[in-house]
Parts: sequence; C-alpha cells; structure tokens
Amino acid sequence: MIRAAIAKQFPAGEESAGFQLEVQFEAGPGVTVLYGPSGSGKTLTLDAIAGFVIPDAGRIMLGERILFDAGADVQIPPQKRTCGYVFQNYALFPHMTVRENLAFAANELPRLERHRRIAELLERFKLTDLAARWPRELSGGQKQRASIARALIAEPGALLLDEPGRGLDASLRNDLYTLINEMKASLKIPMLLVTHDPEECFALADKVLIYSGGKIIHRGTPLELLRNPGSEAAARLLGDFNLYEAEVLALDPARQTSRVRLLGQELTGPHLRGCFKGDRVTLCARPEELRIAPNPGQNRIRVDTVRVLERSQAVRADFGDQLIVDVPRDVWRERPENLWVELPAVSLRQLRAPDAGALH
Amino acid sequence: MVASLLTIDWFPLWLSLEVAASATLISLALGVCLAWLLANRNFTGKEVLDALTTLPLALPPTVLGYYLLVSIGRNSWIGKAWEALTGTTLVFTWRAAVIASALHAIPLVVKSSRAALETVDHACERAGRSLGASEWRIFWKISLPLARRPIAAATALAFARSLGDFGATLMVAGDIPGRTQTAAIAIYDAVESGNTLVARTLVIVISILTAAIVFLANRLEQRRSL
Repeated sequence: MIRAAIAKQFPAGEESAGFQLEVQFEAGPGVTVLYGPSGSGKTLTLDAIAGFVIPDAGRIMLGERILFDAGADVQIPPQKRTCGYVFQNYALFPHMTVRENLAFAANELPRLERHRRIAELLERFKLTDLAARWPRELSGGQKQRASIARALIAEPGALLLDEPGRGLDASLRNDLYTLINEMKASLKIPMLLVTHDPEECFALADKVLIYSGGKIIHRGTPLELLRNPGSEAAARLLGDFNLYEAEVLALDPARQTSRVRLLGQELTGPHLRGCFKGDRVTLCARPEELRIAPNPGQNRIRVDTVRVLERSQAVRADFGDQLIVDVPRDVWRERPENLWVELPAVSLRQLRAPDAGALH
Repeated sequence: MVASLLTIDWFPLWLSLEVAASATLISLALGVCLAWLLANRNFTGKEVLDALTTLPLALPPTVLGYYLLVSIGRNSWIGKAWEALTGTTLVFTWRAAVIASALHAIPLVVKSSRAALETVDHACERAGRSLGASEWRIFWKISLPLARRPIAAATALAFARSLGDFGATLMVAGDIPGRTQTAAIAIYDAVESGNTLVARTLVIVISILTAAIVFLANRLEQRRSL
C-alpha cells in the first residue's frame, strides 16, 4: 500500500508558468492509473515517490515504511526506497547487454540467488534468447520487457510505470496489457501507472486517479468513472461522453425527476441535487446509453445529418450537437429514413461545474 | 646525417613523454572529479570553482608559472611540507614540470568531461538509483562508461597539451639539461644556440606525435554518438 499526500510548488519562470502539485491518495495492490493530460503532474508524482523529486510538504508511506515526511525531515534516498521504476524511454543501460542490465540490479543478492533470479526473470519475460543482446538491438516491446524485468529483479515494494504503452503499436500494446495483468495477479504490490491514453487506462486500471492541473479531480474504479465521471473536466478527459448545457425548468423530488431544457427542447431529466429552478447545469450521457428511434416521443430529438464511424462493437453515429450514439450494427443497418435520438432520463447525469472543487 | 642523428641527446624527448604521461594521469583524475562535482552538485562557490578551473587556460603561462613558483617554492607551506617529507625540493625538478603541465591540462579535461557527464542520459542514472546502486557505483558503472569517449578524447588532448608545455614549466622547473630540460625547452635552446639538427629533429618528432594524438582525439570524438 502506498499512501501519499504531497505538495510541490514550482514558481513561474521567465518562460514557464508556475505549477503546483497537490495530491493525496492511497494505492493498494493492483494497478492504480494516474490519468490526465501532459503537464498535469502525473510523472512528477511518480518521481516524488521514487525519490527523484523532493516535495515541499507532505508524507509518503510504502507499507509501514516512511519514505518521505517533510514534517519529521525524513527523506529516504531513491536507493533505499525499493520502488521499481519503468522509465518512459526504458532507460536500459546502453553499454550493457540485457543480462548485464539485469545483473546490475541483482548486485545486492547473494551470488547463487543472483543467477537464479536473473534466469527466472529472463525466462518469465521471454528474454532468455535475447540475454546477450545490446539494448540497441532490441525492438520497442523487447526493451519494454527488459526494463520491467530489470525493475522487478530486486523484488521492489512498488512498481512505477511511466507511460509504458507510449510508442508501441496496437499488437504490442495488447501484449503489454496481458503482461501487466499477469503481473497484477502474481505480484500483489502496488503498481502506479501513468498514462494519458483512455484505452490504456480502462484496460489496466483497478483504480483511476484523474489528474488535472496538479490536482486529482476525481477518482474511482473504471466502472464508477464510466457511470459517473463526476465533473465536466473529468468527463472531457475520459472522452466518450456527450456533454450538455441544460437549464433547470422544474424539479420533482417526489418522483426523483426534473424537467430540463437541453438542445432547445424540454426533456425529462434525473433528480438534480442541490439545484434550483432556473439554474444551469452540465449533464453528460454515454454514447451507448442513447438510442435511435423511428418516431418522435418522450425525450426524443429529431436528427438528420450524420457522420458514421465504424467501431468494433457498434456503429458510432455522430449527429452533431453532442448527439453521439453507439448503435448496434444490425439496428443501424435497418434504420428508418427519419431519425430521432432518445436521451433516457437515467442516462443524463449531473456533473459538477469546473470550479466546484475536487472530490476526495 | 644518420651518424649525427645518433649523437643527438634524446633525453629531453623521453623526459617530456614521462612528464606528459604523469601530468595527464593527474589531470585526468583531478579533472574528472572536478567535472563530476560541477555537473552533479550544487554548492556555494560553484561558479568560482568553475572559473578557477578555466583560468589556467586563459592566463599567460609565465603568470601561471609565477603563481606556481610562489605556491610550491621552498618558502611556501607546500614546498616546506614536501621538503620535510621527502628531503628534496619540488621546484627545479621534473616533479615541478609535472605539476605545471597538469595544471595547464586540467581545464581541457574538466570542460570536456563536464559536458560529457551532463549529457549522459539522466534516466539511466535515475534507473541506477531506483535499482539500489550507490552514487559511487552509478559513477563507475553508468556515468563514466557512457561518457568515456569524450573523456578519452579530452585526455588525449591533455597529453598533447602537456607534451608541449613551455612557459610555466620553464618558470618552475627551469632549464637544466639532463634534469629538467623537456623537449619544448630543448628546441628553444637548440634554436638559440644555432643547433639546427637538434631543433629540426625534435620539432619533427613532436609534430608527428602531436598530430597522431589530435587525430586519435578526433576519432574518439566522432564516434561519440555510437
């Protein structure tokens, strides 16, 4: 278990805006994904945990060990933190073969144990035949595996992965996902994985921390986030959400419903907490929750122009105005000429405004 | 011609090679340490140290020689300590020539080594740290091997620089034939006394040696990217 609460301030320079990191989270065994755009502080968080960056304030625990505590002036050097780090560019030592790279990490182990451990990891990461190669002779996927194997040699207490899928093509990515999911099952240590790729995030995460501007703006399991992204900013970052500005026309707490004006039409919405008549709210809906319909009706909006994107599970029809609908392929093939999109009241979820603050 | 070549006193050349070799070793050891400090550590007085290590390159050799004479002469504390320890003096011996040459060569080693150490992929050094390696081990096993080519090139140039040192060496080691007269000084003497054969021979030998070293240094430099 990693428990971190850290703050780090970077004053504005001549050519750079200031930046402030202020995050607090716990990460148990399994994969915790640090998800967010570039420059939101994800890698900085990894570096603080690994000990490459010293926070201004806060505390970092790995299990029962204190790695960093600003108040108590505890600052364990990176060497003693037992955090395996898989770097974005792999950082394999270019002047050492794959075996030597692993041996470098196994230096502290007793001689016999060292050889056994290296052989075991070479085998497990399908590197045995590549052991005598130089890093420059390896493909991206092979470098990736060598880099992970090296990080695991000394049996770290946590594994930190910085954008492991970056630069890999689709099939290598799938191999990587398989590998990380296997590690998840066998290692039982916290793994922090930085990514800005939603696919990677949802393929690997047990828990997601959504970063934005140096803060964690939302957190939860992938399913929880898909059900309710919480805030508009998080929904935008996760992608795949239709976002609507709506005006509250009426509230019916007894029936747990509301009436809202959305895209110029009056629709039935969900129960809106903390809202008054006349308020403006942001609602979101996932493309697979919307439906196409052949005639007008409750919560249906007339649509005509369409842009179609073939996806593996369905056809994604984009009617503009944030009316993106995932339609099963056979339904789409049989579609009538005149189309309406239905927005079921339960699919419309209330989001917090961008300035409503972080949820902890 | 061949017969007269045989009569030439080759002592200055051998002395120069020995002095240059010793001076190169010293400047390499000291220079790489200084370069590592300047590249990896922040401390007060860093800029002063940086300037001081560059100074020998910029100062007139006689000025440098004068400072050396003052600081290692028989009345200085270094000179006294040395005399108490070994019973001999430092100034006007080949050892003084080594010190003068080393001091002259250090800026070359520091500049190149610092640049080389600063361009080593820091992710590799961080990887080493995260794998539990001490700073000492990271330096020897990662930083230094990755920076070895430019450092080797700088060392070759430092050797060439030491081989040709004249002014500072003359100031602190003097011009004692058979004891402190290096090739560069012997050439000057030979020209002054009209001994053309000796002058020309030494000039040619030194030129070939230096050209070979510069060529080697360039080769090392060019393969840096590999």
